[in-house]
Order: sequence, then C-alpha cells, then structure tokens
Amino acid sequence: MASTNYLEFENVSKHFGSIRAVDRVSLSIAKGEFFSLLGPSGCGKTTLLRILAGFENPNTGRVILNGRDITDLPPHQRRVNTIFQSYALFPHLTVRENIAFGLRIEKRLKKEIDTEVDRMLALVQMEDQAHKYPDILSGGQKQRVAIARALIKKPEVLLLDEPLAALDLKLRQRMLMELDLIHDEVGITFLYVTHDQGEAMSLSDHIAVMNLGIIEQIGTPAEIYEAPRSSFVAAFIGDTNFFEGKVTDIVGHEYSRLTIDGFPDVLCFNDKHISAGNPVFLSIRPEKFHISRDAPPNSNKRNIMRGLVEDVIYQGLLTKFWVRVQEYRLSIVQQHSRFLLDEKPIRWNEEVWISWHADDSFMLERYSESDEQLVSLPPENIGDVNGEAATPE
Amino acid sequence: MKRSRAPLVVTIAVLIFFYLPILILVINSFNASRFSSTWGGWTLAWYARLWHEGEIWHAMQNSLIIAVSASAVSVVIGTLAAFALHRFDTRLQKTQYLLIYTPLVIPELLMGLSLLLFFVAIGMNLGLLTIFFAHVTFCISYVAMVVLGRLQDFDFSIIEAAQDLGANWWTAAVRVLLPLLAPGIIAGGLLAFTLSIDDFVITFFVAGPGSTTLPIRIYSMIKFGAPPLINALSTILLVVTFLAVWISQHLTEEKR
Ligand SMILES: Nc1ncnc2c1ncn2[C@@H]1O[C@H](COP(=O)(O)OP(=O)(O)O)[C@@H](O)[C@H]1O
Ligand SMILES: [Mg+2]
Repeated sequence: MASTNYLEFENVSKHFGSIRAVDRVSLSIAKGEFFSLLGPSGCGKTTLLRILAGFENPNTGRVILNGRDITDLPPHQRRVNTIFQSYALFPHLTVRENIAFGLRIEKRLKKEIDTEVDRMLALVQMEDQAHKYPDILSGGQKQRVAIARALIKKPEVLLLDEPLAALDLKLRQRMLMELDLIHDEVGITFLYVTHDQGEAMSLSDHIAVMNLGIIEQIGTPAEIYEAPRSSFVAAFIGDTNFFEGKVTDIVGHEYSRLTIDGFPDVLCFNDKHISAGNPVFLSIRPEKFHISRDAPPNSNKRNIMRGLVEDVIYQGLLTKFWVRVQEYRLSIVQQHSRFLLDEKPIRWNEEVWISWHADDSFMLERYSESDEQLVSLPPENIGDVNGEAATPE
Repeated sequence: MKRSRAPLVVTIAVLIFFYLPILILVINSFNASRFSSTWGGWTLAWYARLWHEGEIWHAMQNSLIIAVSASAVSVVIGTLAAFALHRFDTRLQKTQYLLIYTPLVIPELLMGLSLLLFFVAIGMNLGLLTIFFAHVTFCISYVAMVVLGRLQDFDFSIIEAAQDLGANWWTAAVRVLLPLLAPGIIAGGLLAFTLSIDDFVITFFVAGPGSTTLPIRIYSMIKFGAPPLINALSTILLVVTFLAVWISQHLTEEKR
C-alpha cells in the first residue's frame, strides 16, 4: 500500500506514576482503513486514543498524522474527532445544535452549516429527532448523534472508544453493521478501540492486540486468529486448546514432533523453526478438530487419536464436544454441514476418533513469565466452569 | 392496614406554628385598626402611609444597593472559589474549603463583632462600604457552596468533547460550561441577595450613621411603635423574598 503511514505512533509511552499505561508503542495506520486496538480492560487503549486526540501528553515518542508532527498540538487544533464512550453530548443543545457545534465554532455560514447538518442527519437517520434534547434519546440514538457530530468535521481520523459497549446485544449488532456502512460511505480512517474481539474481527482491516500497555501483535483479523505470535494473542482471540510440550525432532523442513506430558506425541507445523529440545506451547483451535466414529483415512500430516466423549452441547449451528484424551480434556467444535437426523449423532460416553491436520495447529515459544501464567488462566469460554479444558489433571 | 394519622397531624401543627404568625401579620397589614387585636375593616391606608415615609425608602435604597452589589461581587468570587475547590485537591484546598465553609456555621454575633473590631482596627469609617464588605464575606460562602454542588456532578467529558470539536478552552467554557452552570450560579446569587437584604445582626454591628438598612430601620420603628406600618412593609418584603427563593429553587431543580 502506498500510504501505510498516514497515521504513525513512534515509540509512544505514557506513564501514570508507576503505571505504564502505554509502553513504547509504534503503529502505522493506512489512510482510509478501519484499524482496531483490541485488548482487555486497563491495557492502555483509551490512553493511546487520548494521546492521539491531544488530551494526554506522551512521556516519550511522537505522533505523526498526514506527514505532520502533532504531538504537541492542543486538541482543538488536531483534525481528529472522537466518539466518546459516554457519548458526551451537550445536554443543553438539541440534536441539531449538537451536530452543528463543530461548524459553529469554525464560524461557517449558517446556510452552509444547515446543509451539512441535514446531510449528517440523513446519514445517521435522525432527521425526525433533530429538535429533541439528548436526555430523551435512546442509547442507540445518542450514539448516532455522537457519530454525526464528529463526522461533520470531516476529520482525518475518527476515534471511537468502545462506542458499542453501552448498548444491548441486539442494538450492538445493528450499530456494528451501520458503523461498517458509514465507514464505507465516508472513507475516513477509523481508529476503533474495543475489548470485544468479535467487534474487532468483524469490522477491521487491521487489528493491534494490546496487553499491559504493549502491542502484542498487529495484523489482519485472519492473521491474528490463524497465526498468533504470542500465547496471549492466541488465548485472547477466540477459543483454543493449550498444551505445554517440547520439540523432540524436526520432520522435513517445516514440521516437528512434540512430546506432551499426559498426551500422545503430535506433529505440528513449525514455521518459526524452533529447534529440538525447546519448550513450546501448542495451540489447537476447537474447530480444527475432526471428530468421527470411524477411523479417519490415514495421512502422514494428520494427527489421529482415540478419545472419550465426556460432554456434548448441541447448539443448532454447531455442536460442542468435550473429549478426554489421556490426561487432557479437549474442547472441540463441529459445524453441521448436512442434515444430521438421518445419522446417529455422537453421544456422551462414546469412544471416538479425533484428528487434525498438522498445519492447523501452531506452536509458540515459551519464554516469558506472563506466558507461563496463561496456561493456568485459559480464556473464559474455554473449558467448563473451572476453566479446566485442555489442562492436565 | 390503616396508616397512622400522627405524621399528618404533626405536619399540620408545625405548619400552623410557622405560618400562622406570618399570616396574621399579612392580614393585619390590611387592618384599618391600629391595634392588631381589633379588626377595623379592610384598608390600604398603611401602604399609602408607607409611601410617604422618606426614611424607610432611604433605608430600602441602602439595602438594595448593598444586596445587589454584594451578591454580584460574591457571585464572581464565589464561583471562582468553587472552581478552585473543585479542580485542585491539595492541602491548600482543604484549608480553603474550611475557610469558605466556616462562615456558614459560625454564629452571626461573633462574625459581626469580629468584623466590627477589624474595621475599627484598620481605621475604616463605618458606613455602606463596611456593610458591603461584611455581606460579601458571608455571601461568598453560600455562592461557593451552591456552585460547588453543581460542579461536583458536572460531566467534564463534555468539555473535552467541545475541545475535540475545535473549541479552545475559553470557547468551551463560554459555550458549554457556563450555560450548564448558569442555573447554579444564578441560584447562588439569588440566595446571596436574600441573605444580604434581610441581614440584621452583622449589619447592626458594622453599620454607621446614615447607612441604616431596612431591617435596622424596622427594628428602630418597632421601638418607637408603628406596628401597622411595619406590617405593611414586612408584607412587601415577604413577597419579594418569596419570589427570589422561588426563582432560585426553580433554577436549582431544573433538569440538566
Ligand atoms: N488519568 C489517569 N491517572 C492514573 N492512571 C490512569 C489514568 N488513566 C489511565 N490510567 C491507568 O492506565 C491504565 C490504562 O488505562 P486505559 O487506557 O483507560 O485502559 P483501557 O482503555 O484499555 O481500559 C490503567 O491501569 C489505568 O488505571
Ligand atoms: Mg478504555
């Protein structure tokens, strides 16, 4: 891409006392893209956004927007606008006056302001609410006003701080689609902050996963899901089964064999060229398994083993299985590709075959202490209430 | 279950206790008889007489001058004080809070006396100016407390929103902060006005010759015995005060 560095953070840090809210962050964002900052609460997303908006001064680093160093500009001189998490609408102004605020400050002609406001009201479908005051609007309507109020300024970057967090699930899904449409329509660069991986995955061109003030990985949603570079990313994005193992030997150029205590040996894709003897994490996503009553056809890249079904949860679109293999309980998800009723479904307490392709699992080096912690703290939706999935017992 | 009547009875008794004397005073201001114990028929004569009492009007004028100027000045200083108290949270502010809060609870007698000693000590002539200073001293506290209350539940993210939309700090303050705080500031000002216009104790200490205010005038009229006139005057004052309080409450309760 020609303009990958439309917006750049260069080695930006922000400390609050002893807390490193943002720690040496470097990011490049292309013009017009939908870029998400994804991470758990408290990881520094809002702080990074506020540095860009001009409400916080970074301790180190520069922020470059459209070729211009804006690090020291006050908020009102930056061509970025924010959708605040609490919307922060002006309670003493009507919807129309709220949206017009930014242009009134610029002292634009009244006629010009009126046409722009009308255009924005149409964009967010709020024409018939224009005369109302914010306190009688619903959450979704406030959201739209906040969007219109920011977009009317034609910012170079639109900042959105967890804009959907305050809405209920149904509205959230609807606003998600609307945000996507609005982004396509206005073509402005969006910097979107969220702790919800679903939102980030479905909207973004690129995602930066943050943890403890640090960027763990930047990539497309698929890259981050399929090839996480740290165990934090693997665990935070989607569900996964984690194993602690050791590389025993290298098979061919790109594969290696792992031993795992209390689990059969497995073959795994090794693009990171981790050499024999190194401790690693193995991660296998639940949907990568194949589960069947009959033995699957043998192939040298497939891991095949026997297991006992301990639990089955039918969810219509898909079925979740908990399968015991030696000391591990695996979380497995199967999608139904055809009508199941003419087949006898796999049930509780059945012996089954499970298999997965070596390319569908990935290894992560074990080096830091935070990595070690992750195995005992799997993400919420893996495993049963005790979070014991795929950990040895 | 039948609810007890007691709370209702007590409430009515209290209301009668508080408001009956005022009601009698108001009715008596229309009483043609000089004596409140006998009813001489309706009249507006006392109000008419009041009209020709030059000294009362002079006192009223003094009171208004002081009340308007003292509340105006204390609105400015009190609002700024509230901002300082809200914005910073250091030891200095805790002391400042105490200093601003104290005049609300300190006995008026003490305050009047200490102000008098102070003015005498610095050699200031007692008069309208000393009354003005004394009133500003206690009005600031009331204004600061009312405005501080508004500030404490003010959502400052909307100031950031205004800056985000291109307003510098000054514009954001004028366009967003001030309109939203205005009801609180005005309410504080009206409160200051009503406190100033009927203050007796403190004024009594610091007033000098020729600077008699209305409450002091009324007091001396009672000594020389002119109850019907005072009834009429009090009724007028009552109406004015009620109006001010009503407006001030209306503004404070108005939804944000
Ligand atoms: N103004 C502040 N003063 C002190 N600590 C702060 C301040 N703002 C944020 N922090 C701290 O910085 C860290 C990151 O906060 P934040 O950027 O709000 O995270 P997120 O938006 O990802 O939830 C947190 O530990 C938070 O407590
Ligand atoms: Mg946040």
